[in-house]
Amino acid sequence: MTRATLQALLSHWWRNPLQLFTLLAGLALATALWSGVQAVNAEARASYDAAAAALGEGQYDRLLRRDGQPMDQATYITLRRAGWLVSPVVQGRLDGVRIIGIDPLTAPGDIGPVAIGEDADVVGFLTGAGQLFANAETARRLTGQQVIITPEAAPGTAITDIGVAQRLLGKQGQIDSLIIAPAQPRSQPPLENIAPQLLRRAAQGGSDIGRLTDSFHLNLTAFGLLSFAVGIFIVHGAIGLAFEQRRPVVRTLRALGLPLRRLIVLMGAELMLFALFAGAIGVALGYGIAALLLPDVAATLRGLYGADVSGTLQLRPAWWLSGLSIALGGTALAASGALFKLSKMPLLAAAQPRALAMAAGRNAVIQGAGAAVLLAVAGVLMFTAQGLIGGFTLLAALLIGAALALPLILDRVLAACSGLARSVTAQWFWSDTRQQLPGLSLALMALLLAMAANVGVSTMVSSFRLTFVEFLDQRLSSELYVSTEDATQSQKLTAFAAPRVDAILPIQFADTEIAGQPTEVYGARDNHTYRDNWIFLQNSAAPWDTTFGGQTILINEQLARRGGLGIGDQVQLQDQVFMIAGIYGDYGNPIGQAVISEAQFAGLYPGITAQRFGLRLDPDQVPDFVAALEAEAGIPATQTVDQARIKAISLQVFERTFTVTTALNILTLAVAGFAILMSLLTLATMRVPQLAPAWAMGMTRGQLGRLELLRAVLLAVLTAFVALPLGLALAWALLAVVNVAAFGWELPMYLFPGDYARLGIFALLAAALAALWPARRLARTPPADLLKVFSNER
Amino acid sequence: MLLSVKDIHKTYTTADGPFAVLRGIDLRLAAGETLALTGESGSGKSTLLHLIGGLDTPDQGQIMIDGQDIAALDDNGRAALRRGTVGVVFQQFNLIPSLKVADNIAFQARLADQHDPDWVATLADRMGLTEQLNKYPEQLSGGQQQRVAIARTLAPKPRLVLADEPTGNLDEATAATVMDLMLELVAETGAGLLMVTHSEALAGRMARRLHLRAGRLA
Repeated sequence: MTRATLQALLSHWWRNPLQLFTLLAGLALATALWSGVQAVNAEARASYDAAAAALGEGQYDRLLRRDGQPMDQATYITLRRAGWLVSPVVQGRLDGVRIIGIDPLTAPGDIGPVAIGEDADVVGFLTGAGQLFANAETARRLTGQQVIITPEAAPGTAITDIGVAQRLLGKQGQIDSLIIAPAQPRSQPPLENIAPQLLRRAAQGGSDIGRLTDSFHLNLTAFGLLSFAVGIFIVHGAIGLAFEQRRPVVRTLRALGLPLRRLIVLMGAELMLFALFAGAIGVALGYGIAALLLPDVAATLRGLYGADVSGTLQLRPAWWLSGLSIALGGTALAASGALFKLSKMPLLAAAQPRALAMAAGRNAVIQGAGAAVLLAVAGVLMFTAQGLIGGFTLLAALLIGAALALPLILDRVLAACSGLARSVTAQWFWSDTRQQLPGLSLALMALLLAMAANVGVSTMVSSFRLTFVEFLDQRLSSELYVSTEDATQSQKLTAFAAPRVDAILPIQFADTEIAGQPTEVYGARDNHTYRDNWIFLQNSAAPWDTTFGGQTILINEQLARRGGLGIGDQVQLQDQVFMIAGIYGDYGNPIGQAVISEAQFAGLYPGITAQRFGLRLDPDQVPDFVAALEAEAGIPATQTVDQARIKAISLQVFERTFTVTTALNILTLAVAGFAILMSLLTLATMRVPQLAPAWAMGMTRGQLGRLELLRAVLLAVLTAFVALPLGLALAWALLAVVNVAAFGWELPMYLFPGDYARLGIFALLAAALAALWPARRLARTPPADLLKVFSNER
Repeated sequence: MLLSVKDIHKTYTTADGPFAVLRGIDLRLAAGETLALTGESGSGKSTLLHLIGGLDTPDQGQIMIDGQDIAALDDNGRAALRRGTVGVVFQQFNLIPSLKVADNIAFQARLADQHDPDWVATLADRMGLTEQLNKYPEQLSGGQQQRVAIARTLAPKPRLVLADEPTGNLDEATAATVMDLMLELVAETGAGLLMVTHSEALAGRMARRLHLRAGRLA
């Protein structure tokens, strides 16, 4: 019995390959988008974990010099003798590779090479014989060094004994930081007594890099989920329509004596088999998407956050297993409703495709109630949501609520149009479109989600871009920037430039903490450049005057938000107290920042001298100045960067940030277009009985085909009108709630009608292209097929 | 007695309230016997056929087939009855469009684990379908499709054949040919045949006939 039933069930797909393709493609695309994003995330996270493990970043408290300079060996020895269990770390760059030197004898157990292989010369490592541990890609860049290949090592990083690192980096006798072991003796003397120049930086509870990049991954995960939701809509539609078309066969099978339970089990097993197959294809496709996106993801993260991510992808079991699970789970979710309806299907109902418009009535009431509840929840969350979970709950409620409401809104609009129609053709067109709506609603929901996401994300990205460009104009106002190698070169530069430029603005900063937040404090020279270009989010009267006067401090938005600081609050830097006079936007900076006057900075951090300078001069004189600087002061052009180039580099970094999300946007829209195509193709055969009477009464097949095309475009237009406000609400939620929670700053929201119009045209084109083939097929339906409708032989 | 129906009642709920389709039906059919059930549209003929075939359940009464009360059977029991003991020929053929003619004919016998290839070949031959075995139903005429449906019903050699207007979609000449074949084969298998029909001519070819009027036997 089972064999015969399986033969009957599977033969349906053999005879209807298009339906099978729809089902498999929907599942595969949904899985591909999900797996692709997860693969990128998994790969990047694995890289950060390796990097964090290499340095123990964030895992342990560390000791640093207050002035940010390296400490000497004597400080380390003093602390060890006093009973402090600390381990020295030195780091720097060699041939573009991050070199980390550790002392394996005193370092906590999980710091160091992730795995020292059997062929590694452990003694060599311990005795400082010059051995480095790095992955193969990094090893290639370390020419002339003895490198042990360690695949798990963090990308772009090599680990070695501290003595070797000091020698390679030219930091003999210097230590950058001391890692504090978690277990310390109780009787150790306080740090202030033995090393008052050191600052204890608390563990972050996770990698610094990881915390920053989590926001980026959250963004990607959200899009992965959205794409998967679009995919599930397609799968749901494909399964629903496939069941609909097999309904007569199912009735026949049952009438011939097949038990219901056996039928459901077999149909469920059949679908799970397809899900497994399509899921495997989806994972492979996802791997391809990830491989395509990963170089950009790596570049983005490196540029934006300084995190090194491997540019190559590994096939990790976790994400292909999760991809397959999602495919199986998604199919189970989509099929459960169809199988439930099947189990409740009366055996004797008319054996013909059920009019999908039957979904109206009670289902519509439930759907409408669900939409109303979700949109009400979204409305409340708009004013109350806080944090990432609140932000994403708001997004989910908005999107799902709107998706559920869409068919009802379209139905009302079509009913109104039908009432206004004058000609008989128009009347038939509107009522027929309304009748088609239930069959197309899942595909239209997918299109709505894709378009809304596109509007939302493009608004966010464009708002970010606009704000960022203004920010660059404000912050990169000098015409030329020069870096020096040491204090002597800095003096040479100052002496050379002073008579030739309008102003020299030293860029000097120290790492410290303000209100418990890691912060870079800058010392700014009194100059009109700052007064002219800086725009504050909030400020007291004449903030620059009071700051240059030494009484006040200016802080960035991140520090203000994280430290709970506002205008007029007081903060302390060492023994000095400053009042906050201004809060400025500092987009793209993950940590706190503050600006004090140059004089105050020199008093607080006497050991720090500027090694970067902004020079104000006539932009036309920049090339001559650079040439003269090299010729007369011996500072090569490679140490100079003109403003335009800095802006270009900064914008390039920024543009790359959203390359991935843009790619996902386009893919999601393409998937939605695919959903429309598949729905129309699947519906096409069921449409013949509805169209045949219109044909018989005098409409040509060509006319019917054109109307089908018009119908798809019209429904896409109506969907676009719903998608636009939804997308803007999505953008607002991203900018005002999610962005603040993830990045620590709020972005102003701008509207970009041109972008929306372009998106609308693209969506219409997608819908028209999707409808073209079904419409063409309809226009070429043989009259014999249409006649069968009237001859009881179908 | 192959079939014994006692005091069968069936009521449907409609928009206008309850509608009693069958109001106390009694009938008997012996093995090898043929019986025509006639009546106007809505008189309850098809409903009675569906109840006997285990496709639906009566509100009241008893239906015994080979001594077994099918009204007491659960869904699985009724499915087993439809697979092997009772065969139904539908007016709309109800073939499986994705299976070829050969597979359609053998299908019910395979479901019932009573597949006899020789018998299936005989049925195909007798029904004049040998040339059509590799075709799909949509490639056949209405008459050919109904012959496939009859062959499929007879393939597991059911004890009772129920036919619901089996020639209702066919022209007169084709209908006569199909009926000849069906009666011939049913007689050969020794099955009982209960046929619902509007056609006086077809009813006249049955051994007995009963007329239903407003849910009661006239």
